[in-house]
Amino acid sequence: MTPDGAAPDRPRADRLWEVFVRSRRGMSHTHVGSLHAFDAASALLSARDLYTRRQEGVSIWVIPSAELTASSPDEKDSFFDPAADKPYRHPTFYEVPEGLAHL
Amino acid sequence: MTRQTSRNEAPAGADVATYALGLGDDVLVLAQRLSEWTARAPQLEDDVALLNIALDLVGQARNLLSLAGGRENPGRTEDDLAFWRDETEFRNAQIMELDGGDFGRTIARQFLVSAWHVPLWDGLRASTDPDLAAIAGKAVKEARYHVGYARHWLVRLGDGTPESRRRAQAGLEDVWPYVGELFEPDPVTERLVTAGAAPDPAVIEPVWREAVEAVLAEATLAVPPTVRRPTGGRRGVHTSAFGPLLAQMQHLHRSHPGASW
Repeated sequence: MTPDGAAPDRPRADRLWEVFVRSRRGMSHTHVGSLHAFDAASALLSARDLYTRRQEGVSIWVIPSAELTASSPDEKDSFFDPAADKPYRHPTFYEVPEGLAHL
Repeated sequence: MTRQTSRNEAPAGADVATYALGLGDDVLVLAQRLSEWTARAPQLEDDVALLNIALDLVGQARNLLSLAGGRENPGRTEDDLAFWRDETEFRNAQIMELDGGDFGRTIARQFLVSAWHVPLWDGLRASTDPDLAAIAGKAVKEARYHVGYARHWLVRLGDGTPESRRRAQAGLEDVWPYVGELFEPDPVTERLVTAGAAPDPAVIEPVWREAVEAVLAEATLAVPPTVRRPTGGRRGVHTSAFGPLLAQMQHLHRSHPGASW
């Protein structure tokens, strides 16, 4: 047995991965979902088959879900509410040129 | 494939039709076998992956059968060819129709066939027949992904647990005898090779063999000995597994001729 209690030569098919897809050049990678895979290589193959079969992307990232550090729902008030009454943080004095996509 | 002026005479339409029919039946029948994994693959991710491959193959089959039927006189549609021919009229190589068996055999067969498709489509892109060249240009990209997927799994199974290794080796040995048929010379192919319309199987075989042996080594699997070479698919001789496959594939269309959705 390995330290984490798994049988030594049993592949860990239950490992969860988060998938990020960049829809086209110049755009950011966007989280699209998650999947189960043994390792990074198989996660990438599965991500291609599950999330880009309708031409959704030109680039894929996969990240082990366990490696993500997320903010806690309990901290929602202290994290996000203080921004609610600070409209001066929005750049409202600029004119947005017409036809400018993806600002 | 090098094109020379002396080889550049247009290939006979009947030969192109026969050739496209064989390659089209290959991918149609293999797609049908792969689709048997629907909702039965080891995990959801591979269920989708195998079906994606099957759908790629169906797309290739539609192109090839349309081409074959269109070159006949009188012509036949892709549906006429797929659903209204009987067993002895199918021209697929026998390796395509073999029962998928377990996941090990399915992956072994997919790897061997996709590793053949890659140099085949790649060579066919330079065909003097523009329709064949166009179909191959699309198919080669798909085949490169298929061989990558199958290679990944074959290495994982072969170099995996004792059980996965046993199944991968057994699957490989089940399908191995049938690869010889893919490289067999026949008069139609020879005429097309002479006309610059098809790649020479004798050129493809060493390319295939080198690629396959490298991956088998990586997968720590043994290259099976060639003890027998069954053949005949291209002449309409098929194995006992083929009839039930066709029955399932054709039954709905034959029960409701002309139906659409």
